[in-house]
Order: sequence, then structure tokens, then C-alpha cells
Amino acid sequence: MNISARNIVKAYDGATGRPALNGASIDIASGELVALLGPSGSGKTTLLRVIAGLEIPQSGSVFFGDEDASQKSVQDRRVGFVFQHYALFRHLTVADNIAFGLNVRERARRPAQAEIAKRIKDLLELVQMADFGKRYPSELSGGQRQRIALARALAVEPKVLLLDEPFGALDAQVRRDLRRWLRDIHSRTGHTTVFVTHDQEEALELADRVAVLSNGRIEQIGTPDEVYDSPASPFVYRFVGESGSVPVTLRDGRAFIGERRLSLPVSSLPQGAANLFVRPHDVAIGEGADSLPARIVALRRSGATRRAEIAIHGAAGLIEIETPATATLRVGDDIPVRLLAGRMFATDDAAR
Amino acid sequence: MHEASAIAHPQTQAHAPDLAQPAKVARRRPPVTTESPLVRRLLVAVAIAFLALFLLLPLIVVFAEALKNGVGAYFEALVEPDALASIRLTLLVAAISVPLNLAFGIAAAWCIAKFEFWGKSVLLTLIDLPFSISPVVAGLVYVLLFGAQGFFGPPLKSLGIDIIFAVPGIVLATTFVTFPFVARELIPLMEQQGVGDEEVAMTLGASGLQTFLRVTLPNIRWALLYGVLLCNARAMGEFGAVAVVSGRIRGLTTTMPLQVEISYNEYQAVAAFAVASLLALLALVTLAAKALLESRYGDELARKAPR
Repeated sequence: MNISARNIVKAYDGATGRPALNGASIDIASGELVALLGPSGSGKTTLLRVIAGLEIPQSGSVFFGDEDASQKSVQDRRVGFVFQHYALFRHLTVADNIAFGLNVRERARRPAQAEIAKRIKDLLELVQMADFGKRYPSELSGGQRQRIALARALAVEPKVLLLDEPFGALDAQVRRDLRRWLRDIHSRTGHTTVFVTHDQEEALELADRVAVLSNGRIEQIGTPDEVYDSPASPFVYRFVGESGSVPVTLRDGRAFIGERRLSLPVSSLPQGAANLFVRPHDVAIGEGADSLPARIVALRRSGATRRAEIAIHGAAGLIEIETPATATLRVGDDIPVRLLAGRMFATDDAAR
Repeated sequence: MHEASAIAHPQTQAHAPDLAQPAKVARRRPPVTTESPLVRRLLVAVAIAFLALFLLLPLIVVFAEALKNGVGAYFEALVEPDALASIRLTLLVAAISVPLNLAFGIAAAWCIAKFEFWGKSVLLTLIDLPFSISPVVAGLVYVLLFGAQGFFGPPLKSLGIDIIFAVPGIVLATTFVTFPFVARELIPLMEQQGVGDEEVAMTLGASGLQTFLRVTLPNIRWALLYGVLLCNARAMGEFGAVAVVSGRIRGLTTTMPLQVEISYNEYQAVAAFAVASLLALLALVTLAAKALLESRYGDELARKAPR
């Protein structure tokens, strides 16, 4: 089912300042796995709750398919919602937790007991916990609880699956396992799925498309490649992946650091001050016609590579570059660097 | 639960197979206090003596006095018509005011813990009012409101309804005094549990009532029972507020605590202490039930819940 949220504005009661959502719009295609990525306070969870009907926005509408769901109650929207802290019913067994959504249906719409039992069994197998039906939530680990929470959400055959930081409360190893497992479940069941995360690695690895949120708006939405390779704003550049920025001056369609002209293309930006954003692997050490003098300020080992913080002569700020671990560099060395890629944004954009 | 796990910890250590002298592990910890053994024993003795003198002794005296003239006289005193009437009245009052407070308490706790609204802190303070006000004052307020010269008294009287010096007044006063018990017990627990469970239930299609009955209520059931126990003990034992509104009409408006006082003032020690022993028994049963609840369901009671 296509899900679409249009121009959502949501301010919480009593909250001062800007609203949690300030005109956010998103279109999610049927069967898609979309991540809402952003720092805390960016509005990502609020957007998810608005889609679920758990929050009523001041303005804007939510469409499920062609149908305007804005006026529908939570119950009627038929969403599967999974919380960060599982919210399993502690007084019910795992099987009864999964059956909850079926048991509360009015008699005419409730499946027969045998049908419910079968569905519980299938779902427990789907989440790889076939033998856990009679256990209570307190007897399960965090990862197991979250899997049961997902099975419970799937039991009511939701139109859309919404997950609010589903792996946020789990430790790193379990997170990675569950990530792979969720991807697998998604490809098997094909549910339209939206999940919230503040972990960019999780978003890039798991999602078909990533929506980056900041200050109650969607800054960019695109495939992981698009978001990582061509960030649409300084915020996305900083938030997704690592990046550094150098102030530059734009003149006559070219960018300058001090008096040195850069060979990078300048997109249609006004004359004057701008910021150049570069990823660590966009900067290479080496002499060339367009190389810039720089000095190494700090060095640290990071996995297979070594990171060097460098200061380009004539420019404020430090940028981080990647060098081979074998390179013989010392702090204080003067080196020539070449900017292979990068993107410029007008300075007032960068301030946002 | 905190205490329980703190005690359990050295034991689990002690069962580790690779420790040569497991039982002594716990004792080898450096002492936290620096008092000499003599001072320590002295302090413990003082505490025990105090407990015995002020708590245990009165309890024994109550039962001793009640049974002074033998078991026969004890039961005779209990089945005496006025005593019997007071027991009946006390049970009736508790049977009305406890369910009322159960309903009020859940409603108040629910709305305070699960919703944000203007004036919430005022409401929270108001709920505590019966705890902070003297019960006698509470009783007097009802006399002023519903008495013969009171605000609501005359119109109700013309309808043939007596509040003051009658059972309704006693129920009102008791309900007022015992109002905070259930709410106070539930609010911290419900606040701590948040609304996640309810939100999940709603997304799964449960209606408001279904959510309440199948999710909210089971989540608070032990704390609710705990609150009801305390509420009941106070409802049956309330003296001050009830004394003001009851008028102490023998056999009609005397509850058990009032009956105890009347009998005692008339030098009927056995009669007084026989009824008093029932109240003391109620207290013991309440304490036992409370201890049982705390030990078995401690993590589902707010004040012992792990944070």
C-alpha cells in the first residue's frame, strides 16, 4: 500500500519554539522499506506516530493508498507498530501477545481459535522462535522480545509496518543480527515498512530509501547511494557519513581558497562566501597542478586506514582525510593535497 | 525487590563451585560501619525494646484484655446487639466507600499518569488533601455542608434524606478520608509504565474499553490490590471524621472504633477490647497480605519497582 504524508505540521501541547514537524511530506511506495533518519528532536518519531494515528497533526494529511486516512482512528488505520522498548504485555504469554490483535476483534471478524493458533505458530516460525509460545516476556532477551513484538504487529495483517527505533535498546551484536533478519523478513512478507533510526549505518544498510530529517522537515529523500554520494544540503553532508568543510570564496564562476583557484565545478551559487564539503576519501595526498599546501595536525588509526586531520593553508577549519596505514606521515608535516570531489553550499545554507 | 536481590547476590556467589570456602565469602567483605560490636548490639537492643514497648506490647494487651474473662465472655461481648450492629455498620461503610475509592482512584491515577493537561499539579495536590487535613476537620466540613443549618442540609431534609448523624454521612466522611490510598498507590506505577502498552493495544485494534480491561488493569492489578487493602484498613479503622458526623446513636450510627470508645468510657473493658481485638486482627491480616504482595509481586508495585 502506498503511504503518503503531506505538509504535516505538528506542535506538541505546551511546547514552545518550533513545532516537532514543520511541513514534512513523504511518499512511500508499496512494499518499500524506508528509513526515517535524523538526530534526536528532528521529528522522525513524530512523523511515524502521525502516520500511525497516534498523534493528530495540526495540519496536513495522511493517505493510505488513495484513501485519506487523516480522520481515521488508530484502530481503523490497521498499522503494525513496534516500539523501541517492545511494549509486550507482561501478563500475557508470547502466544497470547501475538494473538492479542485477533482476540480483541468483534466476534464476526475474529478468526476461529484453530485459525488463530495456526497463525501464532506460523508467525513464531517466521520470527524463528517456534518453541517460545508459552513463555512470558520477562523470560526473553531484548532481541527475542523485539522479534515477538514484530510478530504481534504482523498478526493483524497490517497495511503498513511502522518501527520506532526497533533496535535502539539492543547491544551492537544483536542489532546487526536483527538488522539482517528484518531485511530478510521484509523481502519475504513484502510489507510496506517505515522505520525510525538515528543510526546512519543502520539506515543505509537496511533501507531501500532513506529520508533524512532535520528541524521538523525532510531534508532529503533518496536511495542510500543518493543520500551518501550527493547530499542535498550541508546538514545531510554532515549527518550522513563523515565530512569536513572548508570556507571558500566564489568569483567569476570559480572557487578560491585564498588566492588559489580550485578545479572543482561550482554549481549555480551566488558570488561570495561559500562552504566546500568533502568526504575523507575525496582528498588525496599528492603533487599536481591543482594541489594545495596543507599541514598534518593529528593522526589516528582507524581500521585498515589512517585518518589525518589537516589544515589547508589559508583556510580556516580542519578536514579529515584518509591515508593508507602504511604511509609514513608525522604530525607537523607539510604535504600537498588534491581535492578530488566535493560540493559547495552557500554560507547561509551551511548555517542551517 | 532491591533488598531481596542484594541479599540473594552473595548466595549466588557462594554457590559458585570454584570457591574453596563459599559460605564465608559474604562475610569477608570489609564492614561498612566502624562502631564497636558493643555499641552495635546496644543500638539493636534499644531498637528492639522500643518496638516491643510501643508496638508489640499494646497488641498483646488488646488481646489479653479482651480474653481476660475467658473465651465465653469474649464472644458474648461480640454478639451483644450494639457490638454486632457496629460490626455490621463498619462492614457496610467499607463495602460502599472502598469500591467508590477504587473507582475514583483508578480514574484519578489514570488521568494523571496518562495525560498531560492544565492544572495537573493542582489535582495531584488535591488528592493528597485528605492526608494532610485533620480527620476531625474533614468531618466538620461535612456537618457544615449537610447538617441541619448547613448548605445542602435543609433541602435534602425536606426530601426526607438524612446525611449527618446517619449512614450516608459516615460513608461520605470515610470515603473522603480514604480517598488518596488507591490513587497514591497507582499514580507512580502508571507513570512509570507510560502509555506504550496502551498505544500498542490501540494499533492492534483494541477499543478504549478493551485496552483498559485487557492491558491497563492487568498491568496495575497488584498495586491496585495493595491500595485497596490499605484503603480498607483505614476505612474500617477511621475514628475522627466518623465521630463528628455519626452522632453516636447506639446500634445505628456507631462504627467499630466508636463502639470501642463508648464501651471503654462505660468501663466495659472486655466489650471494648473484644471489638478492638477485631480491629487489631484486621490490621494484622492487612499487614500479612501487604507483606505477601510485596514479596511476590514487588516489581509490580510502584514503590519497590526497579528504576
